Amino acid sequence: MRLLASAALTGAFAAPAFAGQMTVNVEIPRLNVAEYHRPYVAIWVENADQTSAGTLAVWYDVAMARAEGTTWLKDMRQWWRREGRALDMPVDGISGATRPPGRHDAAFAADHPVLAALPPGEYSLAVEAAREVGGRELIRIPFTWPPAGPGTFQEAGEHELGAVSMTIEP
Amino acid sequence: MLNRPLAAAAALALAAAAAGSAEAHRMWLHPSATVLSGEDPWVTVDAAISNDLFYFEHHPLRLDGLDVTGPGGASFQVENPATGRYRSTFDVNLTEPGTYRIAIASSGLMASYVEDGERRRWRGGPDSFAAEVPQDAQELQVTEMARRIETFATRGAPDDSALAATGRGLEMVPVSHPNDLFEGEEARFQLLLEGEPAAGVAVEIVPGGSRYRDQVGDWTVTTGEDGVFAATWPEPGMYWLEASVDDDNASFEGAARRRASYVATLEVLPQ
Repeated sequence: MRLLASAALTGAFAAPAFAGQMTVNVEIPRLNVAEYHRPYVAIWVENADQTSAGTLAVWYDVAMARAEGTTWLKDMRQWWRREGRALDMPVDGISGATRPPGRHDAAFAADHPVLAALPPGEYSLAVEAAREVGGRELIRIPFTWPPAGPGTFQEAGEHELGAVSMTIEP
Repeated sequence: MLNRPLAAAAALALAAAAAGSAEAHRMWLHPSATVLSGEDPWVTVDAAISNDLFYFEHHPLRLDGLDVTGPGGASFQVENPATGRYRSTFDVNLTEPGTYRIAIASSGLMASYVEDGERRRWRGGPDSFAAEVPQDAQELQVTEMARRIETFATRGAPDDSALAATGRGLEMVPVSHPNDLFEGEEARFQLLLEGEPAAGVAVEIVPGGSRYRDQVGDWTVTTGEDGVFAATWPEPGMYWLEASVDDDNASFEGAARRRASYVATLEVLPQ
């Protein structure tokens, strides 16, 4: 699915104006390796049967000449299978540049097109990282939507991801 | 393929030779990747005949009868074809999004007879049979042959537009998409013989990487009445599938036997 660009962007950056939001914090670990490239990262919402309920963000080499950065999108293979292969990247509101090691926030307002379209139920936030000449890791954080109250849920990666947390404010 | 009778006959000759001399040898196409993204993806394919999968150690698989069907059913050119000591290789530029079927296929007739006290063999198409084979030859045995060796690659989202059956020989059509296979999940495919469901056909499934294991790790499943078989992949990797039919239901009048075989290389990805 293709998100409405302006809606997604507005949602992300004007969060305080809305009733609720989901904030995802992704730690990209600092790795002591001979050849380091920043990982590609996909963040999406999974239905209970692991189909995709919509992509929230994809960090990849958006600025390479001739869109060459799209060559490695398939390395985030679970995201690629569930939704990426049906998207025509870049997609406004989803695509972003790769991030350096450190902690990175991504905030999505409750009226973000993906979140707003979720029927009440059980979901997982999926965060998948794949690194050139490195590995790949997928983390899932289960959550209920709409949220009954505020909460923070956290999982820890072991290789390509550090701590990944999701804070929900209803 | 069918529009290239000389190539088909040559491929058939090789196929027949390999089948006769070494049933244990396996023919295969091995793609460098099956799931691709990006604006200009290429796949390079190795083609070989070997015992261990997927290592080139015995014979190259000749590229006669090579046909790449792309999205929409169009035929695509291959680039940089070459045949070396142990393998052939060629490249496919996936210029359009969608699924590609990369196949080496051949069909034709084989005849064996005695002339002037000597055993003779002939291979060719139905059109030249009457002119080239003495119809009153002693011990004349005619076999109808069809062989298909294939693999698949997809740029972007998978689709089925390149996977339609040709209606000749033994073929596999998707129930599950051949480029959407994952460890631990069941996949289903249908075998067709001359375009009709092929019931009760044994399908041997062999995982690649055999050089680094003690056991082959293969197993066999059988198609149901609807020609469908199922496989659940124990681990990610490349898999080789082989099925064959040998019966007396040849369509060519004068052929007593029909032999049709099918081989596919499939990639199974980790979860």
